[in-house]
Amino acid sequence: MHTSLDHLFPNQSGTIETIDAGPELGRRMAALGLRPGRRIEVVRTAPLKGPMQIRIGHTELMIRRIDAAKICVNLVA
Amino acid sequence: MKRIALLGMPNTGKSTFFNRLTGAGARVGNWPGITVDLLAAKILLGGNMVEVVDLPGIYNLHGFSDDEQVVRHFLESQVVNGLVVILNAAQLDRQLALLLQLKALKLPMTLVLNMSDEAKQLGVKIDLAELARNLDMAVTLISAKYGQGFESARHAIEQIVQHNPAARLADTEGLSQDDRIEVELDRIVSGSVSTPITLSPGITRRLDRVLLHPWLGLPLFFITVFLLFQLVYGIGTPLQDGMNWGLEHIKTGLLQPALVHAPLPLQSFIQDGLFDGIGTVLSFLPIIVVFFMFMAIIEDSGYLARAAYLMDAVMARLGLDGRSFVMQLMGFGCNVPALMGTRVMRSRALRLLTMLVIPFSLCSARLQVFLFFTTAIFAPRAAAMVMFSLYLMSFLMAFLTALVWRGKYRSVEPLLLELPPYRFPTFKQLIAQGWQQSQHFLKGASGYIVGGVIVVWALTHYPFNVPPASPATLAGQLADFMAPLFQPLGIDRLLSVALLFGFIAKEIVIGALAVIYGAGQSNLAGIIAGKLDWVQAYSFMLFTLIYTPCLSTVAVLKQESKSWWFTVLAVAWPLGLAWLVSFIFYQSARALGW
Repeated sequence: MHTSLDHLFPNQSGTIETIDAGPELGRRMAALGLRPGRRIEVVRTAPLKGPMQIRIGHTELMIRRIDAAKICVNLVA
Repeated sequence: MKRIALLGMPNTGKSTFFNRLTGAGARVGNWPGITVDLLAAKILLGGNMVEVVDLPGIYNLHGFSDDEQVVRHFLESQVVNGLVVILNAAQLDRQLALLLQLKALKLPMTLVLNMSDEAKQLGVKIDLAELARNLDMAVTLISAKYGQGFESARHAIEQIVQHNPAARLADTEGLSQDDRIEVELDRIVSGSVSTPITLSPGITRRLDRVLLHPWLGLPLFFITVFLLFQLVYGIGTPLQDGMNWGLEHIKTGLLQPALVHAPLPLQSFIQDGLFDGIGTVLSFLPIIVVFFMFMAIIEDSGYLARAAYLMDAVMARLGLDGRSFVMQLMGFGCNVPALMGTRVMRSRALRLLTMLVIPFSLCSARLQVFLFFTTAIFAPRAAAMVMFSLYLMSFLMAFLTALVWRGKYRSVEPLLLELPPYRFPTFKQLIAQGWQQSQHFLKGASGYIVGGVIVVWALTHYPFNVPPASPATLAGQLADFMAPLFQPLGIDRLLSVALLFGFIAKEIVIGALAVIYGAGQSNLAGIIAGKLDWVQAYSFMLFTLIYTPCLSTVAVLKQESKSWWFTVLAVAWPLGLAWLVSFIFYQSARALGW
């Protein structure tokens, strides 16, 4: 099932399909390991529509929901 | 002189490695066109004097962030004999991308893999020989924190310097190409790095479960900041008092007897101008050392990044982030270290906006003035309300300032932060932080502070044949000149001279008032209560709260922003705001018949 990362709940994971974030954010994402084909897991989300904590490999990141919406993932059941 | 540049991603222990390599000799270097401080140190490496430069941590050589531009600018404009690239061994799978980008610069290079201890815990295995063969450079595995493998890394750097006696510029062609890297990255990683598929739930995950808990996280964050505040100022303030006590004794015990035969103006200049200026600088040192030791713990532990996560929902609306909020709260003790602490934010716009906000934090020096005035003028119960209203005003002005200026200082850097595993710095790292930051403060701000104190001394003491701070002095004349501005605020001439003193430091306002009113500090309260009604007193307190906190704050604003324009704005804006708020309060109170 395809969806954007910001729709994932804590403890759900998926595989990154595409990233549509423009050159600047796109490069930063790539440098932190967010690249198509990588497996990504939502660890938890901050209250009040705050950012999400995600895990990719050994790296844990915080990402704002608005940026997470730019990442399309294939949900893993 | 040979030169080596240290490069790496953030959170790889690059600075720890730098400190271990260079000892205590680091200083802030001056590089043309670069707006952040770069630490550099000269050391003896294999018979050569080598300058080692610590470049900011970057994720990507081709990125758009402020730090990434600084690094590019440095590599384009400065010649080097080689690069030392430091990567986190546990995250080699993604961090190698940076190394491959750097390789395109065609500079001599060696790779240092740090955090061998963490990688080992995570079960990451690296085939060093295979990696070195693939990358065609020396690779060493170390733990910069504990020193394992450090000698071999040092040896690899010596080799670079010896084999490349001529310094050269980077091949800037390399700065513009990209993208084939990913294929190469996968090839190298799969050949030399093995990563376990599942992670054992480490201590970091268990701590995060509590500290980042959706509902417990924020209360725990506030408690942590509160404890941090208590610790920093609980230890720092007595040390500061001790320093002041010592300085006072040097003044009365050594300086005064030594100067008895000097002409009076010279005596006054040395004691009240020069010595007090130097004393002002020195009295900040204990606070700065303690502050940065604790900040090193909070920052290196990874909790500061988590503060950004927890507070983002609220602070993003103000154009700030959670780290700004921590510094703003620390400003309630003293603005000076809080301003220096904004260095943890790597986006210049975000830093400047935070630096504009911090001076509104009601610091302990201003608190002294307010406590004196409220007890002198108000009944105990009203006094508590007044103090509360001043704290409220402090936050209100800060948020107003953020809202007004967030458009101009809009951070373009994406808030995509790494939440590193919890780590604890070694005691040596703490000492290094405290030492470096106080060096930095002494070098950057002391000149402005001493100069400013001397200017105010001259204003309040010249001409020398009249009593200091009296109407006949330059300060008195200035107060006359400014009277039309201050009269609508209910602030008379004597009080406006006290505001001039308050520009140096708020600690001396009460002492200055005693001099101005010709009273001892003990009966000053009675005199002030007799001369001022509560509306005047509150208007004076509002002005004192909002205008420039102190000269040292201004000096640090200049030191940190490296911009006169920003410094002027950071002084003029609060001054205008102070006038407006006092004016509105005083005039409406009077209009209501109080």
